[in-house]
Amino acid sequence: MPKQLIKGNEAIVKSAILAGCRAFYGYPITPASELAEAAAKYMPLAGGTFLQAESETASIYMLFGAAAAGVRAMTASSGPGISLMQEGLSYLAGAELPCVIADIMRGGPGLGNIAPEQGDYNQVVKGGGHGCYHTIVLAPDSVQEMADLTALAFDLADAYRNPVFVLADGAIGQMMEPVEFMARPVEPRHMPWAVEATPETRKNLVTSIYLEPDNLEAHIRKLEAKYRRCEREEVRFEEYQTGDAEVVLMGYGITARILKAVVEQLRATGLRVGLLRPITLYPFPVAAVQRLARSAKLFGVVELSTGQMLDDVRLALNGARPVEFYGRAGGNVPPAEEVARFVRRIARQYGVAVAEEELAHV
Amino acid sequence: MSEFSVLQQKAESFYPNYGRKAELQHQTHYCPGCGHGIISKLLARAIDELGIQDRTILVNPVGCSVFGYYYFDVGNIQSAHGRAPAVATAAKRARPHSVVVSYQGDGDLAAIGTAEILHAANRGEPITVIFVNNAIYGMTGGQLAPTTPVGAKSTTTPYGRSIFNEGYPLHVCETLASLEAPVYLERVAIGNIKGILQAGKAIRRGLENQVNGLGFSLIEVLSPCPTIWKTTPQDAQKRIREELSKIYPVGVFRDLTGDRGARPAALPAPTLNELPALLELDAAHTFETPDRRPTQAVDWRIKVAGFGGQGVLMLGEVLAEAGLAAGLDVSWLPSYGPEMRSGTSNCHVRLATHAIDSPLISRPNVLLALNEPSLRKFVHTVEPGGWVLYNADTLPPDCRRDDVNFVTDSFTKIADGIGDTRVGNIVMLGALMEAAHLVGDEQVDAALAHTVKSARWLEFDRKALVAGKLAARRIVQGVVQ
Ligand SMILES: Cc1ncc(C[n+]2csc(CCOP(=O)(O)OP(=O)(O)O)c2C)c(N)n1
Ligand code: SF4
Repeated sequence: MPKQLIKGNEAIVKSAILAGCRAFYGYPITPASELAEAAAKYMPLAGGTFLQAESETASIYMLFGAAAAGVRAMTASSGPGISLMQEGLSYLAGAELPCVIADIMRGGPGLGNIAPEQGDYNQVVKGGGHGCYHTIVLAPDSVQEMADLTALAFDLADAYRNPVFVLADGAIGQMMEPVEFMARPVEPRHMPWAVEATPETRKNLVTSIYLEPDNLEAHIRKLEAKYRRCEREEVRFEEYQTGDAEVVLMGYGITARILKAVVEQLRATGLRVGLLRPITLYPFPVAAVQRLARSAKLFGVVELSTGQMLDDVRLALNGARPVEFYGRAGGNVPPAEEVARFVRRIARQYGVAVAEEELAHV
Repeated sequence: MSEFSVLQQKAESFYPNYGRKAELQHQTHYCPGCGHGIISKLLARAIDELGIQDRTILVNPVGCSVFGYYYFDVGNIQSAHGRAPAVATAAKRARPHSVVVSYQGDGDLAAIGTAEILHAANRGEPITVIFVNNAIYGMTGGQLAPTTPVGAKSTTTPYGRSIFNEGYPLHVCETLASLEAPVYLERVAIGNIKGILQAGKAIRRGLENQVNGLGFSLIEVLSPCPTIWKTTPQDAQKRIREELSKIYPVGVFRDLTGDRGARPAALPAPTLNELPALLELDAAHTFETPDRRPTQAVDWRIKVAGFGGQGVLMLGEVLAEAGLAAGLDVSWLPSYGPEMRSGTSNCHVRLATHAIDSPLISRPNVLLALNEPSLRKFVHTVEPGGWVLYNADTLPPDCRRDDVNFVTDSFTKIADGIGDTRVGNIVMLGALMEAAHLVGDEQVDAALAHTVKSARWLEFDRKALVAGKLAARRIVQGVVQ
């Protein structure tokens, strides 16, 4: 099968175009700029629009305009730019417009730095904008998934008429891995509700205003029902060696890759450890966490932050099992050996068997 | 008289009944004497006259005119405060045959949305902007607008607008007239019948320009707000004539409708079958990877490090491509950003017969150190039995180890001999292949051919590869295994 060695950021753009995306509006920011650069190169060739907007604020409203007009559209940014987009995300969710946003996370708060971090979890997964809404959030941990989940993101955006995030970190965005792209490109689709400037769509209206409290509440309930359906039907996760795991590790993105190496290292020493990797961060794999809680003794959460996804794990467990956390921040990415030390420490702390003579080999 | 009757007749592009409130099917929400009501009628009439109702998209702002979609029987998009030009930009680009109208107040356009309007105008977006300047925030109850006259009171300038606190009134037409792109900029005033007729003509021109495929048009309308101004409709129009028209003179600020040709039409979109090649996903840009992986298990964890400009990232990329050609799983992770700017650069490359877990390499079994700081930084992380290639004739004493294999030579000097220092990285690659046989020669060559785009450089690189192999053959003796 034909594979291409490609950067995560570029894989998103190629996959998006194959998935029928024909508009990219964005503003440069490291480590997400390759997305805009690749879109600038390929979008015009595909008969689509690329425009470098005057700001991320403008970008997100350009997405609003393109989506309202019925075109598959996307943007990409990182921390500061995503912060600026939050008002627009609320409008997009309120107006039920499908679109895709790639967030290639860097260090924060403020200008922070451009190294990989996972500090945007809260603003993306919990929604940094106003009102009762969610964005669907997909978290790739490989370049292949950058491609695959981007295509999925467009489908989910259409199916739920909601913005969908591809949430990755600088490491996944900047690294190259072989990717097999979808074999058959998707035909740009037609949305019956879109404002297409045609006689058939003339009476269509895209709005997020419901002035009467009862009308707005009805609208919010409709969105709520949609999110409940999404929570039932769209949860995705990967389990790695969890079958007999006494310690369940959780992490996403580049952290999950490191955790796989940690699981390998510790399994070799006889420690029964496994990985539960959420692929959808919203909806969060609550049921999977609860199922594993029945057999596991404890959970270890690892993030490139001071603990954001951690809250979702705690909520899912609701006190059923202890949760320990290991985080690095500021752009530091811990090697597997460092994380393995944390796991051994918590395993011992909670009485999980760690043979000392086996430890000596680590 | 005929003009009067036309104005009284309800335009086709208005809905026959307004669905906003059950008890007010024929009334807008605008106050009596409000400019918005008059401007809406002028706009609806222009849409009728040009026969563009079916292809008009109205972008409604946040402000008193937020509910335009209850009245206009056209495609409607309700935007956020100030962002209508961005929304209009993308809607127009998505539907090039549409006629897109961005309808905005002075707070919307000239305060919160200044960036969006300036850049839409400067890009020459082929949209029509109706800018309703009533010198106040109507919807929120009478706060200062950027267009409020000096000295004028508002709820947020209770002592009057001060040039020292709020500055001067913002002149939108004049400001946009300093840009090259706009095709048509005119200011009109709803101050009397004559002004209303002129406003109607200007709005129609603005739409016509779009129908004719021209660029950006904006019509600024000085518009009465009797409610907030606390005047009668008659006195409100008088204020327009006697005060606001003095601050904001009416007239045409730009008219290139006769000079500018239609904008070029978009190229026809390619067929879906053409897409993969356009995205460089055709055979020339991909590897047909072998079905089966090499039988002997390997896990090469390679760290490449050196100065920026020594080809560190490219060396890593060629290695990864070669691994891919050999049917291995591969990953390539660069250091990026300011680290590169400060002069050093490194990347992690992994080639393995199994699925790669972490692409991050903390314990390499191959270190390719193109300079001394990199050697010093990483040599002690190399796994016993691993390989260290170093770009100098001798090892610094503090970097010596007897449990790893060293291959040291001035690879960049060898490259100089070939004709370009910059292929020093590929000389080192040749030496690595000779010493450690990571993948086959054909795969390295295929990777080079894939990565190096120019034929001249490819020739250099092939020579460099051979030179590196010869150098390694001289050096490698008594390796630790
Ligand atoms: C982000 C944001 N900030 C503030 C508001 C509140 N707001 C609504 S309309 C408006 C001012 C509208 O004034 P203008 O654009 O002059 O229109 P007018 O009502 O006078 O026609 C403001 C501040 C808002 N809706 N959104
Ligand atoms: S408040 Fe002013 S601008 Fe708003 S509808 Fe009334 S008169 Fe018109």
